[in-house]
This record gives sequence, structure tokens and C-alpha cells, in this order.
Amino acid sequence: MYTQALNTREAPDGTADPEREARFQARIDAEEKIEPNDWMPEAYRRTLIRQIAQHAHSEIVGMLPEGNWITRAPSLRRKAALLAKVQDEGGHGLYLYAAAETLGVAREELVELLLAGMQKYSSIFNYPTLTWADIGAIGWLVDGAAIMNQIPLCRCSYGPYARAMIRICKEESFHQRQGFEIMLTLCRGTPQQKAMAQDALNRWWWPVLMMFGPSDRESQHTDSAMRWRIKRFTNDELRQKFVDATVPQAHHLGLTVPDPALKFNAASGHWEFGEIDWSDLKRVIAGDGPCNRERMRARRAAHQDGAWVREAALAHAEKRRRRAQAAVQIAAE
Amino acid sequence: MADKNWPLWEVFIRTRNGMAHRHAGSVHAVDAAMALQNARDVYTRRGEGLSIWVVPSAAITASDPADKGLMFEPTASKIYRHPTFYDVPDEVGHM
Repeated sequence: MYTQALNTREAPDGTADPEREARFQARIDAEEKIEPNDWMPEAYRRTLIRQIAQHAHSEIVGMLPEGNWITRAPSLRRKAALLAKVQDEGGHGLYLYAAAETLGVAREELVELLLAGMQKYSSIFNYPTLTWADIGAIGWLVDGAAIMNQIPLCRCSYGPYARAMIRICKEESFHQRQGFEIMLTLCRGTPQQKAMAQDALNRWWWPVLMMFGPSDRESQHTDSAMRWRIKRFTNDELRQKFVDATVPQAHHLGLTVPDPALKFNAASGHWEFGEIDWSDLKRVIAGDGPCNRERMRARRAAHQDGAWVREAALAHAEKRRRRAQAAVQIAAE
Repeated sequence: MADKNWPLWEVFIRTRNGMAHRHAGSVHAVDAAMALQNARDVYTRRGEGLSIWVVPSAAITASDPADKGLMFEPTASKIYRHPTFYDVPDEVGHM
């Protein structure tokens, strides 16, 4: 389950009803949860729809890079775990679409927006899974980063989103641990296996750091998201937490983090890391990552290939409903 | 061709014997049988449930949040409905 820090939102509207907005903000400040039928500013609703939809799309698209390895998992144990993980991602997508629907938008509309390229998913899924070690790296790093993002979302001001996140976080921990176990097994294996793990870390490290979104210096919309308690930590704060938690894990594996500038600052207690190449993130978000086209092609094909199933199921249910109705009528006569 | 949307169902799950069914979320399905199956797949992947109810979302009547005061505030002043309102001397023990 994956959120990318969301900084691409539209600017909030002019305030239509300052008095109601003040009351709304007072409820948020008092840590009250906002529920679907409560009054909310349009900008809050739009921000949430966009964030939850992007989050849901990320879960669904995130099934693709891992699905790539299900048939080639090295053992039955690994295959069963990967299958369960990918199934979880599908479930997480559905929890999130359901949360978005409470804001007055249909899941089908959101899927259309994704397929039309008008809503995004986390750019991390535009990188390929070249070897089995990538499945380890995704679980350990991508899910690890996602958990950093998601734990604070369990306290998000919007009730249905917070409740979906609580379910998701409970299920997510297995994803990270199974990934780390894959990495650990490779690192304790042959030199070639360890090299494979190092190669995966080399390729995933920087894209994972970018999952937290632009630096706070660049990010424009953090303010309203923080004020509305949709977000509780800034991108840079979450990124730092992730680096601090992950670097010792890499050392435990005996792997080298691909950042020559990485060093521990004993005074602050934090790991300092090198400058992120933001041009790469911009390029991938703009659609020019290694797998953007492939991911969208796969989603569109799945949607189109499933159209007859959706139609047939509806038609079948309608036929059964009419037959049952007719039977009741005959019985009554 | 534009898709016609599948109806929405609310899902309630009873987690253990003796506990009430509790709202877990919602699913889309064409009929009740499919709603039950989808609810099982989406909300009970880790043995969370012993029983599932599904209800068409459109069939639920909810109180209006705008009437919250009217509906619920009158009970706030009725503190005599709570056991702590009544004094029982310590020497009487637990009651």
C-alpha cells in the first residue's frame, strides 16, 4: 500500500462560507473526525478525493511489478507469500476506493480518470522488476517507505480514510517483513545472490527516497494538508525517519547504501544523506519512466478485457431478479 | 460503451462468537450472493470473521448530522442515568 506524498493538488478555492469553515477548522483542531455527511469545504473534499484515489490507484498498479514474479518465485513458500501480498494490494485498493466513494464520487469515475491519465499513481511503480531480488527490495524498501507514510494517515481527520488506513497498516507489516526475509536469504547465500541483492538496492534506493515527494522547500500544498490534519508530517520529516530506520537494516544485511554522502551525525542522531536527483522524479512523473507506458497499457487492457464480465454479471442478476418477481406474481395469482 | 455501475453494499462482520456485527466497509456487487463473496474476499483474508451481513447501501436510513444536537444532546444532561451519579458508602463494598 503506497502513498506518494501528494503535492500536485489544485489550489483551494476562495472561501465561500468563512463562518462554516471556521467551525469546520475548530472541529479539526479539536481532533474530531469528519464523517461523510458532515459539512466540509469543497477544497477539503477535492483534496481528499484526489489523494485517496491516487492512493487506491497506486495499490492496483502496484500489483503489476510484483505480479511479474509470481510464476517465477523460487519456492512454493515464496510464491504463496507473494500471491497473498499481491492479493492484499488489490484489497487495499478496494478499501481506498470505498473510502473515496463516501465523498460522492463513483469508483468507476476514478478508474476512468486513471485510465485517461488524468489521475496519477505512485511513480515508484514505473520502475521494472528485473530480478527476484527486486521483489525483496520492494517489500523491504517500498513497503517500508509506504508504512512511514501511512502510519500518520491512520490519524487523518477524515474518518473513512483513517479507518481504511488502520486496516491497511495492520496488513502491511507482513509485506515489509517478507521482503526483508528475501533480502536476508540472498545476502546469506552465494556471492552471486548477494550481488543480486546489492544490485536491487542500488536501483531502488533513490526512487524509494523520492516516494516521499518533493523537498519541503519545493512543496506548495503541505500547508493546507497539515492544517486540515490530512497530513501530519512533512515530506522531508518522513524521508528522514525512513532513512534513519533503514540504513541500520542495510548494514545488518551487509549491503552498501548507494550514497557516498551518507554519514551518521552523532550530534543529531540522524543519518545525513546526499542530494536527491529531482530531475529523475519529474521525468518519471511526467510519464517518461522506464515502465509508465507498459503499466498503463496493462491497466487499460485489464479494464477492457473485463468489460464483458461486468456487463454479463449485471444482466444475469437482472434476469434472476425478474424471474423471481414473476414467480412471486404467479404464486400470488 | 459506458459501464453501468454495480450497486454498492455495506458489509458488517461478526468477529467472534458473542460479539455484534460491526461495519467493516463496502463492496460493489450485482446481487446479494456476489456481495457476500466479495465481502469475504475483501474483508476476511485473515480469519477476521465468523459471519457476514451485506445490506444494499441505498436501504440504510441514516440520521442527519445537522440534527446531531436535537438527537443526542438531551441525554447529556441526564447524568442520573449513570451508576456514578449515586453515592454508596465505601463500607458497603462493591455494588
